[in-house]
Amino acid sequence: MAAQNLQSVPDQPAAPQEANAGQGQGQLEADGQAYFDRVMADDSRIEPKDWMPAAYRKTLLRQISQHAHSEIIGMQPEANWISRAPSLKRKAILMAKVQDEAGHGLYLYSAAETLGQSRDQMMDDLIAGKARYSSIFNYPALTWADMGAIGWLVDGAAICNQVPLCRASYGPYGRAMVRICKEESFHQRQGFEILLELSNGTPAQKQMAQDAVNRWYAPALMMFGPPDDDSPNSKQSMAWNIKRFSNDELRSRFVGMMVEQVRVLGLTLPDSEVRFNEDTRKWEHGPLDWNEFKEVLAGRGPCNSQRLERRRQAHDDGAWVREAAASYAAKQVNKQKEYAA
Amino acid sequence: MSPHGNPEEPASAAAEIKHEAPKASPAPAPEDHHGGNVWPLWEVFVRSSRGLSHVHAGSLHAPDAAMALRNARDLYTRRNEGVSIWVVPADAIASSDPDAKGAFFESPQGKDYRHATYYTKSEGVKHL
Amino acid sequence: MNPETQETTGHGDISVGVAGAGASGDGSASATRITPGNALRPEDIALEVRTGLARPTEDVAEYALRLGDDALILAQRLGHWISRAPELEEDVALGNIALDQLGHARSFLSYAGGAWDKSEDDLAYFRREHEFRSAHLFEQPNGDFAVTIARQFVVSYYQFELYRRLTESTDATIAAIAAKAVKEVDYHRDHSAQWVLRLAGGTDESRRRMINGFKLIWPYVGELFVDDALTTRLAEAGAAVEPSSLKADFDRLTGEVLKEAGLEVPDVPAAPGGGRRGQHSEHLGYILAEMQVLAREHPGASW
Ligand SMILES: [Fe+2]
Ligand SMILES: [Fe+2]
Repeated sequence: MAAQNLQSVPDQPAAPQEANAGQGQGQLEADGQAYFDRVMADDSRIEPKDWMPAAYRKTLLRQISQHAHSEIIGMQPEANWISRAPSLKRKAILMAKVQDEAGHGLYLYSAAETLGQSRDQMMDDLIAGKARYSSIFNYPALTWADMGAIGWLVDGAAICNQVPLCRASYGPYGRAMVRICKEESFHQRQGFEILLELSNGTPAQKQMAQDAVNRWYAPALMMFGPPDDDSPNSKQSMAWNIKRFSNDELRSRFVGMMVEQVRVLGLTLPDSEVRFNEDTRKWEHGPLDWNEFKEVLAGRGPCNSQRLERRRQAHDDGAWVREAAASYAAKQVNKQKEYAA
Repeated sequence: MSPHGNPEEPASAAAEIKHEAPKASPAPAPEDHHGGNVWPLWEVFVRSSRGLSHVHAGSLHAPDAAMALRNARDLYTRRNEGVSIWVVPADAIASSDPDAKGAFFESPQGKDYRHATYYTKSEGVKHL
Repeated sequence: MNPETQETTGHGDISVGVAGAGASGDGSASATRITPGNALRPEDIALEVRTGLARPTEDVAEYALRLGDDALILAQRLGHWISRAPELEEDVALGNIALDQLGHARSFLSYAGGAWDKSEDDLAYFRREHEFRSAHLFEQPNGDFAVTIARQFVVSYYQFELYRRLTESTDATIAAIAAKAVKEVDYHRDHSAQWVLRLAGGTDESRRRMINGFKLIWPYVGELFVDDALTTRLAEAGAAVEPSSLKADFDRLTGEVLKEAGLEVPDVPAAPGGGRRGQHSEHLGYILAEMQVLAREHPGASW
């Protein structure tokens, strides 16, 4: 249990204390670093007010805020289908699912805020096009079957990524991921069942399902990030116990799971090169178009500007509401003061 | 090693006192550059069922306490996670200095006699 | 392997110790323990109808259709806010209200369908515009957030008075659906009242918008309280209540909030309505076109 790790106090060095006047900055850093290193070595957790290397803080802030942005932007392709869901049950499920993603964004922004950046600032960066988010959400959701494929493949890949993040060395991030993973558990299943229903339905429905799987498969595999030899930051993230498995490792596991599940669906993966390598004991897949990945990430995907514009608009349209509520709250506080006086 | 085990066994070497240690690299203070339309941060505590304590569930933004409670309800109890909610302005929470845990939390270390497990001779005696 | 890891189910073979990592204190005090709860679900109504345990009279079915359509059209409207609300917290709040309304709609439609051997989806997706029974208020566009709040305010205070009384309906299914719905709608009242106070008492702009929102919405209030032959028959039988009988409580309670907000009841002429007879606003056609397009492309398909 984690509690054991979190309470391994007797074996730990005394945490760095209040600096005495006149102490050299270099010594402060060194002691902080030593403490931080012990926490890493013990696979314990760093909490918001602990000393942490500036690069660790920066990496986390970038990763968590990008993760939050992905949840928020990721609402859009699915939200677009809420109004057209083909049954009331599916409408309710989809609504609850997209709503969950808003919550996920919120939990993650909160975690990022503990690192010293306001949500407002992060939102500004997002709508100014200065922040990144998972490039998969820049693909369009064209048919109802995309709701299935997104749940099954995109949430599925996200879960694969996120489950190990529950143990991320930064406490608030790990805790946010625990809550998120619990909520995610229905997302992938509902997607899978949409596809299953379509696959067992009319020929047109089955065709729709296969088409959606064909379109979302490769982008979903690319959600794990560039291949390990082209992922310069991965090593450091793993050393910091933020990341627990490499991109390729997670991708390979994910492919293995999809191979099993696609059979139950009665569909196929659009990849003739999927195979289990007996030597490496790993699943392998066909080549991915990393050029396209980079293009989309750089803003040249099918829906980039549309997604950002929608977020910008919601934020701008809501400004007067946020201002009204803030102003009302201030007035209430003043009233209370007057009353007390 | 159990910190509260057999008294014959040294539980832990009291951590060395460091007289001079660094102050944490301070987190940059969140900048409030939008003034008017930014809602403050609240911490949310949820009681999952009667008889249990409120436990920190997460945080959220809200213009005031009334809305914070409602947002907390919508955000943190959609799956029956709670029967009661507290919200607290994040900046109203005073916390112990994380960098002082060596001194701040040293005293209880090694005082095994506060724990029942210290009293081994009475082990096995019924209803004790 | 780290000793803290443990298998989780449903997410392949990656072990993480979800429970362990989250344990900040004793596990039983967890703030993330989730349960589905225990309440009347639309599926329960549908099952009762299918197994013949519940079967509405023609009148009750017609009445349930009205309530179901109101809630369905409102849910359709509210669903649009998810990903577009003024703040992320409000995305979630409006989503919850939309889901409540959709739940009520499904229950009422499932029950109504029992009279004609139709499912909730048959009724939602394969009726034509003039066959819908929603009142015009529910069809009104979202507008800005103030318009949506004005609509929510009227709807929730109306529905609360209605469902409160329907919990005593002689029709056990109507009473059961109302008993679940009234608690949820009570919260919707609170949500809208909170926002009415804040928008009216916030900034000059928000006040102007709130007043405008009420002006746009208020013409459609009257239709909610109009009695007709159906409601009279049902009221006599004790299965429903005359809409006009809700008006005094509605006026009093909404009046209290408006007064606190420093707002007047808008002095605007009432629109004639007609939704209960299948005469709808211009908006409904678009709502249905969007809602039904996919289902109608694949008639008979299951999803
Ligand atoms: Fe998510
Ligand atoms: Fe998800």
